[in-house]
Amino acid sequence: MKIVMHSLEQISGVAIYPIIALVIFFVFFMLVGYMVVSAPKEYIDEMSHMPLDENDDLPTDNHN
Amino acid sequence: MELEKFTYDNKHAKMFIYASIVFGVIGMLVGLIAALELIFPNLSAEIAYLSFGRIRPLHTNAVIFAFVGNGIFAAVYYSMPRLLKTPMFSNLLGNIHFWGWQIIILAAAITLPLGLTQSKEYAELIWPIDLAVVVVWVVFGINLIGTILKRRTKHIYVAIWFYIATWVTVAVLYITNNIVIPVSFLESYPIYAGIQDALVQWWYGHNAVAFFLTTPYLGLMYYFIPKAANRPVYSYKLSIIHFWALIFLYIWAGPHHLLYSALPDWAQALGVVFSVILIAPSWGGMINGLLTLRGAWDKVREDPVLKMFVVGVTAYGMSTFEGPMLSLKSVNALSHFTDWTIAHVHIGTLGWNGMLTFGMIYWLIPRLFNTKLASLKLANSHFWIATLGMLFFSIPLYFAGFTQALMWKQFTEEGYLAYPNFLETVTQILPMYYLRAFGGTLYFIGMLLFVVNIIKTVKSGSFVRYEEDGAPAQPKVHKAKEGWHRRLEGKPIQFTVLALVAILIGGLVEIVPMYMVKTNVPTISSIKPYTPLELEGRDIYMREGCYLCHSQMIRPFRSETARYGEYTKAGETVYDHPFLFGSKRTGPDLARQGVKSLPNYKPDSWHYNHMVNPQSLNAESIMPPYPWLAEDDLDISDIAKKIEVMMTLGVPYPEGYAAQAEADLKAQAATIAQGLRDGGIQVENDKEIIALIAYLQRLGTDLYSESGK
Repeated sequence: MKIVMHSLEQISGVAIYPIIALVIFFVFFMLVGYMVVSAPKEYIDEMSHMPLDENDDLPTDNHN
Repeated sequence: MELEKFTYDNKHAKMFIYASIVFGVIGMLVGLIAALELIFPNLSAEIAYLSFGRIRPLHTNAVIFAFVGNGIFAAVYYSMPRLLKTPMFSNLLGNIHFWGWQIIILAAAITLPLGLTQSKEYAELIWPIDLAVVVVWVVFGINLIGTILKRRTKHIYVAIWFYIATWVTVAVLYITNNIVIPVSFLESYPIYAGIQDALVQWWYGHNAVAFFLTTPYLGLMYYFIPKAANRPVYSYKLSIIHFWALIFLYIWAGPHHLLYSALPDWAQALGVVFSVILIAPSWGGMINGLLTLRGAWDKVREDPVLKMFVVGVTAYGMSTFEGPMLSLKSVNALSHFTDWTIAHVHIGTLGWNGMLTFGMIYWLIPRLFNTKLASLKLANSHFWIATLGMLFFSIPLYFAGFTQALMWKQFTEEGYLAYPNFLETVTQILPMYYLRAFGGTLYFIGMLLFVVNIIKTVKSGSFVRYEEDGAPAQPKVHKAKEGWHRRLEGKPIQFTVLALVAILIGGLVEIVPMYMVKTNVPTISSIKPYTPLELEGRDIYMREGCYLCHSQMIRPFRSETARYGEYTKAGETVYDHPFLFGSKRTGPDLARQGVKSLPNYKPDSWHYNHMVNPQSLNAESIMPPYPWLAEDDLDISDIAKKIEVMMTLGVPYPEGYAAQAEADLKAQAATIAQGLRDGGIQVENDKEIIALIAYLQRLGTDLYSESGK
């Protein structure tokens, strides 16, 4: 803990934090990207139709 | 497979829609009054409760938390059960959520005109109301997560991810920015000071835009645009990527509200970089929304719901392109403190939030009442009037912003400020304020048409409270091996935690070093705490919302140092609980108002006369009068407690000073009042205006006393 506190008190080390965060983001982004690209088509279709999968028997025609 | 029958209860969706409409009308009307007060400064008729500084927060709070807030909840209470094939978790929690939120709004509507404020933009509500907000937010969260847990679907649709991110992030932001120490039931001081307070506030303020005005409305978009267009979202894959990128990146961008301020450069740079990257996920959302309408553009010509969605999403795209541009330091140097910001904000709110809300309600109400929309013609008129209103509001303010910024920066050939009198730059842009009020009026008229149409529609039908639906009891089991993300989104708690981690990384990296690194805020030995009278004056400055029109942050530009004096240092703000940098200069900067050697210095008597009747000194001034400051007695009953709280926060008053504060306050007030009386102004020692003058005359002087300027 002392080492962490010590390095935090120095302005010279501050750049390391955004770099670490950026690396975390980049890795996570790549993982999500890979997952999305490799996702099966049926799954994506099923998900994207979710709002439409309803027994919507109310009027959908608004024309006067 | 066996279908389980269940019912959706439309009651809460309907109630939140009604609340959104009612508070939309009120919030926009208050905004219109505020816009008119900038043209006719005496419009408030010298009634304190109606003055610009008090109703401007009322406007912003009403439209953000009441109009948009209730719109969010309407969308959540309607779409969640249908996407998850289950009723909401608890009817009772829904009731508490609804009525709790409305009571909070009512409390805000009473306290803000009374001048009870924390003086942080969009976080003005006083601490007891803040506590109520936290309780109601937790109730909402339990209802949200509870509903997800008892769902009948395996997977969670992307709209709900946005709701989850909204809930968790707003909770973190709201609590962090509102940590205060109470002085009394109505007053408090934040634990942060100066530049650190500013960073926390704009980390919050920026993300209030991100996680209250944007993410829940993206959820709304992902549900209602496919519904209204009757086709699935353009790219579900894009929605996954842009969701994670958006919530991860947004949290970093707050410091772009503090460019060229006393904030350390590394933090400013961080804000700029992440703001620019933010274009990508924002436009991912816009593209996904607009392209969902591919092949349905013929419907857009006829259906007012889709028209509103198209303009709303387009406004989102414009706004989220403009935002990153405004966060470039060179652009920000011009735009900041001007009406450009107001124009930018209103493209987002009038366009994105307003239009999406209208579209959603136009679509929902006929369904909730089993009828047709009363008048398509009226809805189309509303669409056009609202669109024109938005443009008439914003375009003049862009010109006002450019014009005023360029005038502030203009030097003569001899090297002097071309417009040394700030008022010149105000009267120059006043015609644009007229046009803005006209645009606001148009938008408000559109709102009234909307109300008429909705009332007629409601009357023509009958409320369908319960809707039957059916779904398999158990979530469908996917036989194929699942990817980690699909497993994750089937687990709402883990999903929420991961979303929390994503936003915390950005928040911590920005904020923790600001506290830990001592050299971030270099101390200046000549900076001393405020005297008790100045402290009281500062509280009046906050109560009257002076910071909404006057900044206290001189940026390091020649045009600013020539006009206002030495630029503001981080170390000057260390005793400012809260910071009062402001974000808009409708009037001049006041950071060095008290420095006698600077061109803007004014004697006590000038301040007195100017506060009572600004137009008597500058006929063209648009500052409202504050005659009550010269009539009302200063309430000093809390001064000892205020000093104690400041000492708790680390402000170095001498030990036991609280007991002596009242005597010091009275002595200083007597000196100032005597000076005024010597100048022929009849005023008693104990009036509020004396404290305010003391505060104004202190501003910026400490730094000059050291260097002997």
